[in-house]
Amino acid sequence: MSDPTETEQKTNPQGDPITSAAVKVEAGKDPHGEAKKQRVVTPEHMFFEAPRERLFITGSEAGKEAIRRANVDFSVAYPITPQSETMQLIGVLYGEGYVKEFYRGEEEYGVMSAIAGASRAGVRCFTATAGPGTLRGIEAIASWPGHRLPAVAIFTCRVVNAPLAIQPDNIEISYLLNTGMIVFHAENQQDVFDFILKGFMISEMNDVTLPVGIAYDGFFVTHARGYVMMPPKDIKLPPREAYHGAVPVLDAENPPARLSRDAPVQKSNFMSYNIHAVWQQEIWAAQERAKKYIRRYMDGLLEVNNPDADIFLVASGSAAAQSREAVRLLEEQGIHAGLIKIRSLRPFPTLELQEACRNAKLIVIPEFNFPGWMAKEVSTALYGECNAKLIAGPRVFGGMTMPVELIVERVLGGLHQVDPKRVPVGINIGGAPAIESAKLVSKEDVSRFMQNI
Amino acid sequence: MYLKKEHLLTKDETYVLKPGPEGYVPPAAASMGIELPDPGEGLAYGRKVNEDAVMEEIAKQMLTRKNPTIFPGPLVLWAWNEHAKIKGQAVLELASEIPNVMIIPMADYRPKYPKIEPEEEINPNHPNLTIWHNKIEVCIFVGVHCHYANLTLKMIRAGTNCLTAAVCAEQGHEDAMLTIRDSEENKIRRLSQVIRKVRESMGIPAPTRPPYGGGKREIVTAKEWAKIREQGLAMSIAGAPKGMPLREGQMPHV
Repeated sequence: MSDPTETEQKTNPQGDPITSAAVKVEAGKDPHGEAKKQRVVTPEHMFFEAPRERLFITGSEAGKEAIRRANVDFSVAYPITPQSETMQLIGVLYGEGYVKEFYRGEEEYGVMSAIAGASRAGVRCFTATAGPGTLRGIEAIASWPGHRLPAVAIFTCRVVNAPLAIQPDNIEISYLLNTGMIVFHAENQQDVFDFILKGFMISEMNDVTLPVGIAYDGFFVTHARGYVMMPPKDIKLPPREAYHGAVPVLDAENPPARLSRDAPVQKSNFMSYNIHAVWQQEIWAAQERAKKYIRRYMDGLLEVNNPDADIFLVASGSAAAQSREAVRLLEEQGIHAGLIKIRSLRPFPTLELQEACRNAKLIVIPEFNFPGWMAKEVSTALYGECNAKLIAGPRVFGGMTMPVELIVERVLGGLHQVDPKRVPVGINIGGAPAIESAKLVSKEDVSRFMQNI
Repeated sequence: MYLKKEHLLTKDETYVLKPGPEGYVPPAAASMGIELPDPGEGLAYGRKVNEDAVMEEIAKQMLTRKNPTIFPGPLVLWAWNEHAKIKGQAVLELASEIPNVMIIPMADYRPKYPKIEPEEEINPNHPNLTIWHNKIEVCIFVGVHCHYANLTLKMIRAGTNCLTAAVCAEQGHEDAMLTIRDSEENKIRRLSQVIRKVRESMGIPAPTRPPYGGGKREIVTAKEWAKIREQGLAMSIAGAPKGMPLREGQMPHV
């Protein structure tokens, strides 16, 4: 936990700076002095051209450093583990003048509603929550895309179901996937830093004008340290250009204002079925348009390692981090496997995944949740497009870690049809053994698989 | 059959935006893989082409299909800053090149209670959305916020035989059959010139009367129109929708 009053710059044993220390302000000096010195740069300069230095910091601190450079106008917080530290650090930034407005909301419904109002008024907004907070705020969150409200929200995933716990489990992502918001899943602290900054720019593109949710796994990413390459703190992104948005800004002084009285947003009894139907289509069309910017800024909706492999691990977030190590262990055993890391869950990279898996014979989908939302996404994307055997697992949940060996075991099981007792029938699909031939999947296999995932 | 036969695709065909009526809940063009144009380009029936070619196609269609109509949105209807006024004037110049053109405003996005008058204005939110009894076979959207333009363009494609064009200040609209992007006043004036050139090449006489509103009411006086024609100067729209007078001197926070 960072101490906002801490002023000493610490380093790790390797000598890398740890940046949780607050700026030391000498008596009589402007506490916002450093923030006022920031200069606006283009997104391209921030993302690709500015020199970067390496820091060894937690995910929460990576979030803080991203917001320092994001030119955020408004942020509102409500504490919940494991997100609390992130927003506490945003409060430190507020004290330093890097965030223009900041307060603690009454609870998550109020927080998410406040973000809606501020975004509609045309300012750049940021908040964060986790687990039960996500679900408490989700009515308001689900209204953001329909209102066409750019914003960035962090979801530091944790258990939501009873018995309640604070441990990592990313089931809450499945609730976000159909809200219409853009959803990225960060694997590590570097992703946290990059996705937040890039998320603002993607969110505010006129042809997108949608909120961006950035999920990452609680504790594994929020509280663990990792290396983060970041540009200097004296630069920031350009401000939001609200008057170029897809909808009018809520501007009480200038027409067309009065959006709060627009019927489709507030008075459903006066609207036609047709307007709501095309409205929903438009939200998802905007998701399609976002792909162009995700490719431009984030190097694609997914990342393929070892594209020549015919065995793939498909994963996101911490499961991708574990899968990366599993690929290395498999290589040591003489098994050439690839990793497909899904960066963008919404929009989902359906075509890219189909292309990457065109010649795959075995696909293993590790996840940090019980229901297996990623397996459903992957199976839907690949159905009819790929003859690979799919293994929808391994899965851990409720705060469990995922041993890399567990993933390796599933790959070996998929290859050799061993260990059937530990692989539930319902999470296998396709002919056996997959490596011998890419058999066509039978209807019975598909039916059994789809019923059980 | 909920979707019209001519709008059904075989596996190898790509989606082409054609005048409808396409049928019950046709897909958003973006969801069918149609991407917005890059700078210098436009979209013609879902395909990226040179912007000049799109302008010529807009001209041909506005000059030959029945009841050509311009649907101006709030960004050119309200004199909320100098830029909006200049752009609104450019739209009037555009209208002055098209014989028998109608101007039906989309003044804002609130539904009007208890009902709207579809001959006077267009409002995408209203349950009885029609575009002049669906007798309009070609139209231009200009100055409409992108979200609301996209909603309306989808509904028009679904339910009418209107060929839609969108003159957009941002990135364009996939749901319009013809669209150009980055359309500030200079580009709108260039479109006016293209329309004049095409009209002359087709031997179509110049307009002899000012554009009129959907209810056949006067939008621009004959005197004002003559001034636009002769001097290419900006004029204000004489008849803003009921209850929505033009307002001067209010600058946005830009």
